[in-house]
Amino acid sequence: MPKLTIDGIEVTVEPGTSIIQAAEQVGIEIPRFCYHDKLSVPANCRMCLVEVEKSPKPMASCALPCGDGMVVHTQSPKAKQARKNIMEMLLINHPLDCPICDQGGECDLQDQAVAYGYDRSRYEEEKRAVTNKNLGPLVKTVMTRCIQCTRCVRFGEEIAGVTELGVIGRGEHLEIGTYVEQMVTSELSGNLIDVCPVGALTSKPYAFTARPWELRKTPGIDVLDAVGSNIRIDARGGEIMRVLPRLHEDVNEEWISDKTRFAVDGLKNNRLDKCYVRRNGKLEAATWDEAFAAIKAETKKRTFGAIVGDLADCESIIALKDLMKELGAANLECRSDMAQIDPKHPAGYLFNTTIAGIEKADAILLVGTNPRTEAALVNARIRKTWLAKHIKIGVIGQKIDLNYPYQYLGAGPDTLAELSEGKGAFAAVLKNARNPMIILGAGALRRADGGAIQALARKVAETFNMVKDGWNGYNMLHTQAARVGALMLGFVEGDEASWSKVDALYLLGADEMAVENIKPDCFVVYQGHHGDKAAHRADVILPGAAYTEKSATYVNMEGRVQNGLQAVFPPGDAKEDWQIVAGLAAALGHKLPYKTLPQVRARLAKENAAFAHVDEIQPAKWTPFGKAGKCESKPFGTTVENFYMTDPVSRASKTMQACTDAFVKAQEEKAVAHA
Amino acid sequence: MSVAVKKDFEQPKDFKFSKENMVKVELHIAKYPKGRQASAVMALLTLAQEQHDGWIPEAAMEEIARILDMPRVKVFEVATFYTMYNLSPKGKHHIQFCTTTPCWLAGSAEVVRACEKHLGIHLGETTPDGEFHLSDVECLGACVNAPVFQHNGDDFYEDLTPENVVKVLDDMKAGKARPGSQTGRVTSMSIKGATTLHDQAKKAGVKENS
Ligand code: SF4
Ligand code: FES
Ligand code: FES
Repeated sequence: MPKLTIDGIEVTVEPGTSIIQAAEQVGIEIPRFCYHDKLSVPANCRMCLVEVEKSPKPMASCALPCGDGMVVHTQSPKAKQARKNIMEMLLINHPLDCPICDQGGECDLQDQAVAYGYDRSRYEEEKRAVTNKNLGPLVKTVMTRCIQCTRCVRFGEEIAGVTELGVIGRGEHLEIGTYVEQMVTSELSGNLIDVCPVGALTSKPYAFTARPWELRKTPGIDVLDAVGSNIRIDARGGEIMRVLPRLHEDVNEEWISDKTRFAVDGLKNNRLDKCYVRRNGKLEAATWDEAFAAIKAETKKRTFGAIVGDLADCESIIALKDLMKELGAANLECRSDMAQIDPKHPAGYLFNTTIAGIEKADAILLVGTNPRTEAALVNARIRKTWLAKHIKIGVIGQKIDLNYPYQYLGAGPDTLAELSEGKGAFAAVLKNARNPMIILGAGALRRADGGAIQALARKVAETFNMVKDGWNGYNMLHTQAARVGALMLGFVEGDEASWSKVDALYLLGADEMAVENIKPDCFVVYQGHHGDKAAHRADVILPGAAYTEKSATYVNMEGRVQNGLQAVFPPGDAKEDWQIVAGLAAALGHKLPYKTLPQVRARLAKENAAFAHVDEIQPAKWTPFGKAGKCESKPFGTTVENFYMTDPVSRASKTMQACTDAFVKAQEEKAVAHA
Repeated sequence: MSVAVKKDFEQPKDFKFSKENMVKVELHIAKYPKGRQASAVMALLTLAQEQHDGWIPEAAMEEIARILDMPRVKVFEVATFYTMYNLSPKGKHHIQFCTTTPCWLAGSAEVVRACEKHLGIHLGETTPDGEFHLSDVECLGACVNAPVFQHNGDDFYEDLTPENVVKVLDDMKAGKARPGSQTGRVTSMSIKGATTLHDQAKKAGVKENS
């Protein structure tokens, strides 16, 4: 292992470490533009120049591997001068428009110009100008500001898997562009804004709305899919201005999907900010007391059932469970989409391999899932793994548009059954793999034979020895942030007989269910934050808080327990959800045994010990899950029709509407034209 | 060279390589290891340009991307990087004047001006009848015979003057222009004729020209 000295500090590093990385390890930051630790190294900006003893010229530290006995100076006069000169060159064509640039205040170029540049310009010739590109409704371009670091091009190629941006022209005419003129069609395109070190690529919806120093930054957890992306919520006053990714190497690395980033404007529209009670067939605004009274009037004569929706937090789920117990109701359901997931065996419904664990896999079988639309960041991991090792990937289900090559095996359970017997096209691949994986889409279980399909998937895992010491290759891919948490809290109770007696429903944000199937005489309480489908059917509406408006616990598909903090207050009369349930319980004459958030969390941990271990994965025991029985041959369907609109928040978002118009509709039109 | 492909002309809808060129395409692809077929992109762009009146339409880049199974923008990157690929029509006769220092010292500016006047267009423009397109390029490597222009990427017309260049253009239109020196000089011999080695030539019995 090479041992070298950087600014007088001795450091021993893994072979192959670059100087910029080694410096980071000892806490020295070398300025950079093109280098990004998740992307390949082109070494084209030269900002990271350092002086290396015995080498005649300054060296680009991002591309120079550490050698034994190297003596590196990052602060010597020579290194400083080199950086100054580079800075001067970079600024030749860069416009002086920081006051009207959205990147101002969080711009690498601005910061480094202050730290390392000259304080005046010697350049008197003309600057060049570059025409802006249309990259779609999310990313705004001001291409004259581009410094040609090519991070965006590499991000598209390496992470997003859409080679749509390129380096066009050369020399002074070099610019970043797309093929002729075209939008960037990736569900990760918003990350371009983060990777661009200058103000060339900025957020279109956020344009000219805030300056970074005005924003209050709150760490949160995303709930628009089941990945549990770590996010930073930037708010000004009571308004959420934007959402950015927060680094979590094991979950989302430093990326988030476009829905996570841009759907937040949906939190401003169509909100429930008052209680409503249905009187004479019409929903009328009411006070909390009136709403609670209306519920109380019904509780005595009716049998309750409770359904948890997709965005619910664990605190409100446990509170609701406790309330239902108090009411004597044994009808609980969290699989509002009717997916026949076996609730008793965690190994059967968790993403056991873990998201980071995907990188150790050498063969992946996707069953009834399109990870690209269902969990864009899981898909990014699969792509990353494919890119690194060219692993084999097989697909059973719909023929989907993935950004890596795969072998199409078949459309439905028949192919899966064949595989479970060790036969079929992909059997050899799985047999020879050291760490094979199966990823079963939870959406594939939304059918009567779902339990049998789950059992079949387990059989495949067992046939190919996917579960062994130190490796569990069986995974279920969920799309709902609340699902795994609710399953872990046992929010599935009651059988057909007991459910048939239910004539009152408590819907905790359950919008993705078949609302139209609710019996007309059923009394419906809806607690949630958007006036979406289910709220319209409700008899009483209790306004809750969205994920940015409460400090709450969520469990992602891996079974990772994470806490998000409250960034802003819920609008109007709306309250944090577990408090609503506790308040209602009190109004009904029951007392839930907790008053504060820590007390609810203690209750969570009592229900399931995993909740005591925040951000840790507890490996699940391998127990036989699923149901015996025959599977129909019906092919697996699509779980997510439109990536941009999957929940009440994104459906209320103008930005997501614009994306639907730009990307989904355009694609549909293309398909029609082709046919 | 300008990156922004000018939009004042029509892009053909389709492009297909001719049968003969398809054979060449296969040959070029076969030169590279399997899976590295993208390496043939430059050769294919050249072929497309030759086949399509000296310029590469978008449809051709798309076709090449399809044949080589590479993203379209990657073909575009290569096509825009090299100045010898034309992405817009360059007339029947593409005249590329060298305006680099040696040619300039020998009077290229005047030659260009004479042409511009004669054809009624400026550098970077095409005559309305589509016959001529004028552009300026850097050193063509024929400085000894400066000033020089290159015709359709192939032939050099050398020893140009404001007078003879006009005739060259007219001849070209009539299909009878001859490449090479326009003052009758043989290859790159000195303008003033041979100045050295007279004796040796005489001894060897070599007949000297001019
Ligand atoms: S647009 Fe931004 S990320 Fe892309 S090359 Fe220019 S400066 Fe770099
Ligand atoms: S960061 Fe090293 S050359 Fe750009
Ligand atoms: S300068 Fe004109 S050919 Fe060299």
